[in-house]
Amino acid sequence: MSAVLDTPAPRPTPTPRAAASDPAGTSARAPRPRRHLLRRLPAIAGVNGLLLVGSAYMILPLLWLVFATTKDAKGLYSGEAFAFGGAFFANMAQLFTQDGGIFLRWLVNSILYAGFGAVIGGFIALMAGYAFDKFEFRGKNAWYGAVLVGVLIPNTATVIPLYLLAAAVGMTNTFWAVLIPTLCNPFGVYLARVYSAGYIPNETLEAARVDGAGTVRTFLRIGLPMLTPGFVTIALFQFVGIWNNFMLPLIMLQNRDLFPSSVGIALWQSQVQQNPEFSTLVIAGSFISILPLVIAFVMLQRFWRSGLSAGSVK
Amino acid sequence: MALQIRADRATTRRRSIPGTGGRSAAVFLIPFFALFALTMIAPVVYAVGMSLFAEKRSGLGFGGATVEFVGAGNYFDVLSNRAFLEGFARLAMYCLLYVPTLLVVALALALLLDAAVTYARRAFQLLLFLPHAVPGVIAALIWAYLYTPGVSPIVRALASGGIEIDFLSVHMVLPSMVNIAVWEWAGYNVIILFTALQTVPREILEAARVDGAGEIRTALSIKTPLVWPALGVALLFTVIGSLQLFTEPKILSSVTTAVTSTWVPNMWAYDAAFNRNNLPQAAAASIILAVLAGALSWAVTRFTSKEPTR
Repeated sequence: MSAVLDTPAPRPTPTPRAAASDPAGTSARAPRPRRHLLRRLPAIAGVNGLLLVGSAYMILPLLWLVFATTKDAKGLYSGEAFAFGGAFFANMAQLFTQDGGIFLRWLVNSILYAGFGAVIGGFIALMAGYAFDKFEFRGKNAWYGAVLVGVLIPNTATVIPLYLLAAAVGMTNTFWAVLIPTLCNPFGVYLARVYSAGYIPNETLEAARVDGAGTVRTFLRIGLPMLTPGFVTIALFQFVGIWNNFMLPLIMLQNRDLFPSSVGIALWQSQVQQNPEFSTLVIAGSFISILPLVIAFVMLQRFWRSGLSAGSVK
Repeated sequence: MALQIRADRATTRRRSIPGTGGRSAAVFLIPFFALFALTMIAPVVYAVGMSLFAEKRSGLGFGGATVEFVGAGNYFDVLSNRAFLEGFARLAMYCLLYVPTLLVVALALALLLDAAVTYARRAFQLLLFLPHAVPGVIAALIWAYLYTPGVSPIVRALASGGIEIDFLSVHMVLPSMVNIAVWEWAGYNVIILFTALQTVPREILEAARVDGAGEIRTALSIKTPLVWPALGVALLFTVIGSLQLFTEPKILSSVTTAVTSTWVPNMWAYDAAFNRNNLPQAAAASIILAVLAGALSWAVTRFTSKEPTR
């Protein structure tokens, strides 16, 4: 299974050291001769020990959340942070029935915003990146420059202008007000161009052209299948980006029924000062809303790894 | 073969056979650029336009408000507003603390990962990256609880060791926020830097070893300079990201009064739009932030591309 998954690994980066030809079989990473091993033992222990500390810093807050989800409000303050409580199912029941079961609605909204945004936005970015890689046209560099400027503009700097514009045309407080802005993904275009250059040999397209296939057909029949891993990577990052989006939906939406889970949970959190029992709701909601993402990241490791390596090459 | 194809392409382009020229490229580009115009250019242009006007009410409140052209008036007002400037000072402090911390932590972890036992690397990468799968709101919430006395195991552990720290006090809340951001973003940058480290030529490391350089020396004076371009990219995105600061302070403001409603410029703009109902000033503040972000990105790009590439 993993072999199948790993075969078409995109390599937009220069040949990694591991893959370089190594006739003598003395890779820099290969263990040294045995007599050095004992002397190196402290170094090995040090390196891996420090990595363990780093990993603990990353994982312990998540573990805390897992344990906290199983506790009632009293248990939260008990001081036994890393022990299970007995209130997991009660918390879940409360989470999904609070305010007429609105949390499920928020979760569905998040899935819709992120799902549509990732698939449609990812496809639009893929087409644009493909065009930048495979076509020649006047002003190509200038258009691509605009894309790069788009990458560099911070999202939050355009949120209030977007709100002002949406208010002017009466679009605030609608599903579209949150969905449409997230479809535009300049970084996805950049990644798609890198992938298109790496995955699709120009010869293949030439052959299709000689056979008389039109450009759109060529893209759908030949380009798209070859770009599928790239599409998954772009869509994955966009999905996570939209799922994590907070400021845009917070500003655009007043109707609670349209909230994504992030804004909904923040709303509950703002009530914790008056009603401390809301904290169990906030914690249970947080737990449920990161679960899909954590699972996606564990399952789709190959894609985010390749996405990040493509992103690191200028 | 390659030459042949290039020549073919050149001729087809000149003869503009459908399939290679601008018209077919347009089919692929129009959806993206239509969205780009609609969601990035139009809002900014509209906001610039709006920021040049102000609502003026007559002294007694009769006759409603009139809209007047005030030119750069809103910009002067925003830039001379005390709360806005304090927010900016805080944002600057945050950047100065966050950017170096993040890059040092990420580079150190990437170098350690590069020196780690091979079979442990994948597991460590996943563990280090996982916080990035956590939405900013949730990350801020988790840490908000981990900073709250009574709930937090950290506060409790420190207290039992005789150290009393209030992570949410006026002085500590900024470093506390930096910690949240480092937690969210370190793993992401570790992977980028680690990938770059994988491309360092083996021969160079071999030569260093022959010359008697130890692991630490090799890491600091050979590997680090060679991944400078990747570090530049990480720096660029970290700077852009830190200017966006909104989610974390907005969430922390629900657990501490140390974070006010105008704590950073983004919150100031939000407050101007939704609590003070001064949309032109909110627009002006957003434009100021966007221009600043653009200038900083440009400076970072210039600065990093001057260094030897690869």
